[in-house]
Amino acid sequence: MKKIGAIILSTVLTAVLASGCGNNNTENSSSSANGGNAAGGTIKIGADLELTGGQASFGDSASKGAKLAVQQINEAGGILGKQLELVVADNASKSEEATQAAQKLITNDKVVTIIGASTSTNTLGIVPVATEKKIPLVAVGATNPKVTVDERSGDVNEWVFRAAFIDPFQGQVMANFATNNLSAKTAVIYTDTSSDYSKGLQKFFEETFKANGGEVLSQESYQQKDSDFKAVLTRIKEANPDVIYLPGYYEEVGKIVKQAREMGITVPFLGGDGWDSPQLAEIAGAAALENTYMSNHYSPEDTATEVTSFVEAYKAANGGAVPDGMAALGYDALKLVADAITRAGEADPAKIKEALAATKDLQLATGKITLNETHDPVKAAVVLKFVNGVQTFEAKVNP
Amino acid sequence: MEYFIQQLINGISVGSIYALIALGYTMVYGIIKLINFAHGDVFMVGSFIGLYSAKYLANAGFPPVVVLLLSLIISMTMSALLGITIERLAYKPLRKSTRIAALITAIGVSFLLEYVGVLILGPQAQGFPDIMVKKQYELFGSSIQVDSNQVMILITTIVLMLILQYIVRYTKTGKAMRAVSFDMEAARLMGINVDRTISATFAIGSALAAAAGVIFGMTYNSVDPLMGVMPGLKAFVAAVLGGIGSIPGALVGGLLLGTVETEISSLGYSSWRDGVAFAVLILILIFKPSGLFGKNVREKV
Repeated sequence: MKKIGAIILSTVLTAVLASGCGNNNTENSSSSANGGNAAGGTIKIGADLELTGGQASFGDSASKGAKLAVQQINEAGGILGKQLELVVADNASKSEEATQAAQKLITNDKVVTIIGASTSTNTLGIVPVATEKKIPLVAVGATNPKVTVDERSGDVNEWVFRAAFIDPFQGQVMANFATNNLSAKTAVIYTDTSSDYSKGLQKFFEETFKANGGEVLSQESYQQKDSDFKAVLTRIKEANPDVIYLPGYYEEVGKIVKQAREMGITVPFLGGDGWDSPQLAEIAGAAALENTYMSNHYSPEDTATEVTSFVEAYKAANGGAVPDGMAALGYDALKLVADAITRAGEADPAKIKEALAATKDLQLATGKITLNETHDPVKAAVVLKFVNGVQTFEAKVNP
Repeated sequence: MEYFIQQLINGISVGSIYALIALGYTMVYGIIKLINFAHGDVFMVGSFIGLYSAKYLANAGFPPVVVLLLSLIISMTMSALLGITIERLAYKPLRKSTRIAALITAIGVSFLLEYVGVLILGPQAQGFPDIMVKKQYELFGSSIQVDSNQVMILITTIVLMLILQYIVRYTKTGKAMRAVSFDMEAARLMGINVDRTISATFAIGSALAAAAGVIFGMTYNSVDPLMGVMPGLKAFVAAVLGGIGSIPGALVGGLLLGTVETEISSLGYSSWRDGVAFAVLILILIFKPSGLFGKNVREKV
């Protein structure tokens, strides 16, 4: 008898608790929906970036760019009568930590949209979370095609967008630059096999360079955190190519270029936006960087008004530091989201997603952006040359 | 042929750094049977001390040779003190406990050094100042190149190794070290100060790691708080390869591993390099667990 009583009691209690939770849930969601329409309050946007780890320089720049955009928007009165709030989470330059940071941003901080990360590999860690929780993701520096398009099915991921141009374009730009501007006939490609980004650039550079009639003499590979490259560089020296394509990140690129120049390899090195960090010149030294070129999203030396006004504002906010490409992309990613929220009319993730997909001719720091059917921006790229260790504007390449 | 010799030279300079780090592993293991996983991070600390003292001394206007020698000495001394401190605080209280407890503590100390480094120095890699201008020497009619750094690495390694051999064979501390490694209890009964001997071992091992750190920084121009992880592991492989506990074994193991790695990359299999290094470790453990120069010691039951 006692036993039955206990069972009934526990059932009732469970039912009460469950209904209580249910009520709480609905209250929460309705209150947030109300909050979404009322004036005042804040709209939370999450940033999942590399504040520590190997690519910390990218995450740092991107978060400064995004903060500047938030500051400008809030000073101009915010969006839909509300102030924006940027919640920055560190992913430690690791894909699996990017996943956790995204979960934290969505579950704990209740952000309506996430920007980040600054590399393809880390962004791929966020994509499944954003898709599952139905929160739009605007990647800052991810340039690998598979970030927005599922590799196996070929379907576009409806929740994922990006502010950067994609690897096929970046690889093509450098291959064409090698053929047309440097008259290169032969190349060696030296890839970072621990990075999806590097392998993506390698593939598209190779395709375009071969299509241009060039010959790829050999494919070499290294891994992040390697420090001695002399064995492979000796091999490359034997092959004696016209150019060396080095689509890696600044830390290893700096060491490779330095060691290569010491060994007497004088041919041009070409690379992508992964080179874009003040650390590169510090590690390689200005002399070693002579005769090297990189493709990038923008150049601070560009004289277009939208670029100069961004550069001025960034310098004022960051003690005179010149914004690099990742800072411009962080700024752009946030502006993309802000524009979408304004057009959506409310801070609802599903409506923001629809508005993002319809982005057209939006004037941003890295150029005029239209998102195409695969959610990738169509915009111009620049080729930069290193002179005395400083990036100088060499050419602008339109899509 | 020239290509092969060139790659051999590259391999020897990589191997020398492994050998210097491997010595620390091997000495500590020889005495207290502990694989000191924090050793790679002492190497990192040594490199950073070298970086800051070199910057400071170069700004103070000292000539390059003095800057190099002084920063080596400062870095080696301070790392020796760090080594003693680690031993006193982390390992000494555990000397009577199981070996696995000490091993896990070593891994803990390793993480502590790495992330205190990240906290204080920031996660970014920092450029190492060019202490000496590198010169290229060309042998056999410009077909083979050796740079001054590669020569310096080899000379430093050999000199430090000779000093070490002298200390271990002919000094009182060295004799005490050998006695302690043979039988700690008997050595204590003979009046040897075991604690001081173990501290001396840690000091010498850490000083060698610091020297390797400074040379590493000068050669590769980039240092960061997690830089010790991979060289530390490779040096551990080198120490096991040569026979852990054996000083000549560490030298031979380091040079052998460096050359094998370089030759693998030079044949165009650069992505297999680390795989081969660890495959060597596995093969050695299967076929000759005591290493090339190790003695076969029967486990007491």
